[in-house]
Amino acid sequence: MSARTLFEKVWDAHLVTAPEGQPPLLYIDLHLVHEVTSPQAFDGLRANGRQVRQPLRTVATVDHNVPTTPRGLPVADPIAAKQIEALQKNCREFGVPLFDMDSPEQGIVHVIGPELGITQPGMTIVCGDSHTSTHGAFGSLAFGIGTSEVEHVLATQCLPQKKPKTMQIDVRDKLAEGVTAKDLALGIIGQIGTDGATGYVIEYTGEAVRGLSMEGRMTLCNMSIEAGARAGMVAPDEVTFAYAQGRRFAPQDKDWEDAMASWRALATDPGAKYDRVVEIDAAALAPFVTWGTNPGMVVPVTARIPELASFSLESDRRAAEQALAYMDLQPGTPIEQIAVDRVFIGSCTNSRIEDLRAAARVAKGHHVHGKVRAMVVPGSQAIKHAAEQEGLHRIFQDAGFEWRESGCSMCLGMNPDILQPGERCASTSNRNFEGRQGRGGRTHLVSPMMAAAAAITGRFTDIRNWRFR
Amino acid sequence: MRPFQKHTGIVAPLDRVNVDTDQIIPKQFLKRIERTGFGEFLFYDWRFSGDGKKTADFVLHEARYEKATILVAGKNFGCGSSREHAVWALADYGFRVVIAPSFADIFANNSLKNGLLTVRLSEDQVAEIMRRAKGTADYRLTVDLETLRVEDGQGFSATFTMDDFSRHCLLNGLDDIGLTLQHEAAIAGYEAKHPVHAAMKSLG
Repeated sequence: MSARTLFEKVWDAHLVTAPEGQPPLLYIDLHLVHEVTSPQAFDGLRANGRQVRQPLRTVATVDHNVPTTPRGLPVADPIAAKQIEALQKNCREFGVPLFDMDSPEQGIVHVIGPELGITQPGMTIVCGDSHTSTHGAFGSLAFGIGTSEVEHVLATQCLPQKKPKTMQIDVRDKLAEGVTAKDLALGIIGQIGTDGATGYVIEYTGEAVRGLSMEGRMTLCNMSIEAGARAGMVAPDEVTFAYAQGRRFAPQDKDWEDAMASWRALATDPGAKYDRVVEIDAAALAPFVTWGTNPGMVVPVTARIPELASFSLESDRRAAEQALAYMDLQPGTPIEQIAVDRVFIGSCTNSRIEDLRAAARVAKGHHVHGKVRAMVVPGSQAIKHAAEQEGLHRIFQDAGFEWRESGCSMCLGMNPDILQPGERCASTSNRNFEGRQGRGGRTHLVSPMMAAAAAITGRFTDIRNWRFR
Repeated sequence: MRPFQKHTGIVAPLDRVNVDTDQIIPKQFLKRIERTGFGEFLFYDWRFSGDGKKTADFVLHEARYEKATILVAGKNFGCGSSREHAVWALADYGFRVVIAPSFADIFANNSLKNGLLTVRLSEDQVAEIMRRAKGTADYRLTVDLETLRVEDGQGFSATFTMDDFSRHCLLNGLDDIGLTLQHEAAIAGYEAKHPVHAAMKSLG
């Protein structure tokens, strides 16, 4: 057989049939479900008298809507409460396992899949959420789908899919101290653009990627969609196996040995060809801060807001002008002079234990600036618990950060955690779109360390100069 | 699904690039559990101010675009969140076609499932349609999925591409779950060789 990429191996292993004149039919190993994009899909099943074909390949949780105030309180928003109830009812009716609000395993869907060992290398994984790309960190093919496709997978456990093209993003050399997976992701998007990988599945390779922890790889793959790619992948290695081993749904004993052998074989063969190759010099990257209204509008923390004349395309110049008007920023302003009102540490991009450790290391012995309100929202109940075991919550609370319950929270502001009009936020989330964190809110995407530093100084601060205590 | 064969309608120019799905349908409207009724919330934060009053200068407020059924916009339309609510909102508002130089993948897929036609034309062609839609009263286009042609009867004509299968489904309004279920034997055969992981059974 000819040399194949990681993507091609996973794709080939899941082809159910490739009928003449139709797109190939891909089998889905794992379907993750949450409350926002599923109610209409379950209604569709009912309307057509269909069942969930594989309830045990389907896992549900509540994350988008849930309040991050103490659990046990009722959900104050009646429409959100109704949507959560709809998921509970649908899971009961169709036999789908649900990690509900009161479960010790509840959390952001892209956090709990890996954490429970449900996400495994070589799988095909879908979810009605664009950040499903996160799971590609394990060498699985994981991508977001719409609600009609959610219904399709519930009913058939398959998806007709046109084969995407492949892109290798080869990250040479090492990331410098203080430069994280988030900065790498932002650096890549800044270079190739928010539609730079549309139509492609990315495979991240190279020394800097190998050097990332699983948490870091998840952050990197998570942001693939912000470059337009539906999926990003990293070939599994010892780091992957060490993370997966012993987790609740990971293979055990003899099955574990067999699984490792098959996972090792997933790596891209020498000589396999990608449709496009992009090279990134990791050592040249700095901590990044977005200045505009999409993740591609990004510069190093040491830089200034770009001049409008620096955009060669008229459409990009106009977009920058609109973005700066929305963000209330002037071209030429140094990033480090921009003051923030709010800080959000959380989301499926940066809410894992390693992210919280990194932020806590910065916060330790300091105090949140008097004009800033800062929140830490762990990605899952398990992470919250682990962080509390390590005493991270004390570090945050002593420094003046709010320590909250798990969920998507202020990444998209579907729950009560939102920005007020005009508020400026340093956020570890993934999208700085207009109004994303609340109408009129102004979002700057940064790493967890950079967010913690901004909370303390009240403005963007180069973490490489930080005085750790 | 509502079939799409040929449509003639008024063109509204939304002259912005990277229109994301958070703009098309802001998150506060995603809590509804129905598929219908999203049209009134389309582009909500651009159409309405914080107190619910109409904004002064959004293109869809202009009387001449009130009955528009074709939207023309800049590159990377529909980027961001996978929310199908964005497509439901456009369709419910009355749009049948969106024309742009490029679309985000998930948005384009979602459109296909709902009979909303996404037409990719070149940057230059889109700019020309944008110019005509702004400068010509009652500017209309005819979009024909049979012939894969867009024309205005005033000298503008362009062809577009779409894969045969998607086109066939759209033309006939086919339910693609039904099509997949025609492969029941192949799916069952695959499942026989790939049983559910033992650990997952404890969830049942």
